[in-house]
Amino acid sequence: MLSEYLPIFILMIFALAFASVMVLSNRILGPKKPNPEKLSTYESGMEPIRTARDRFSVKFYLVAMLFIIFDIEIVFLYPWAVTFDKLGVLGYVEMFLFIFVLLVGYFYIIKKGALKWE
Amino acid sequence: MSLFDVAFYVLAFITVGSAIVVVSSRNIIYSAFALLFTFFGVAGLYVLLNADFIAVTQVLIYVGGILVLIIFGVMLTTKVFDVPVKTETLHVGPAIVVTGAIMGTLFGVILKTKWFDILNVQWDGTTKKIGERLMTDFLLPFEVASVVLLVALLGAVIIARRERVKS
Repeated sequence: MLSEYLPIFILMIFALAFASVMVLSNRILGPKKPNPEKLSTYESGMEPIRTARDRFSVKFYLVAMLFIIFDIEIVFLYPWAVTFDKLGVLGYVEMFLFIFVLLVGYFYIIKKGALKWE
Repeated sequence: MSLFDVAFYVLAFITVGSAIVVVSSRNIIYSAFALLFTFFGVAGLYVLLNADFIAVTQVLIYVGGILVLIIFGVMLTTKVFDVPVKTETLHVGPAIVVTGAIMGTLFGVILKTKWFDILNVQWDGTTKKIGERLMTDFLLPFEVASVVLLVALLGAVIIARRERVKS
């Protein structure tokens, strides 16, 4: 039972090792000749005009909340998708009904312009 | 110590350790990020309990959703980065009494409960069974859940979004 999760475990170990080796090897092997131009946030881009550590717009919060609601929809989709082959046409119709109700909400937020960045 | 025990203690260490960082960190953004490891550790503990569906839900909703919401919430507050949130200790005496009482109760419950030993039971994945039951016996709650989600969606849009005043 636990061995089923071995691939996930190996993937996590590999990701951790890969990321730390990349960051560490850059720190150890990379040449360091800093100058003010190199140390600026965007070396050949725009000059930063204000501090980045500012208050964020509350619009992000609404987007995150809407995201969570569709995230929960995905959680309901997952056990359905695993047993889809056994459920037949009825299961298909049931899930269609479920998605349809949320689709109404989706069209509501589109119509309201809640996703528009004004 | 079996492999199961090792996995349990590693996950418990990650969960409790990062939870201590969450409550003890002076910088609230560090607390928010430490919460990520707490959620992951809890997801791993669910896997050990053979609750694979709850583990997936934990990762999807708590790590993917709630945590993003918390981090946004932290970033929406003013001057969160430069002003350290002071966590001072207040009312030490009453706190010891209350937490001691809670701890005693929990210990009593833990010791008195006849625990169900999951190690000797051969379990298979829960997701398929949940899917089957959800689509047959519990179809009405399933469809009602979509209406609940719809209400939450409309509520979020109506409360959080300022209606533009028509001139």
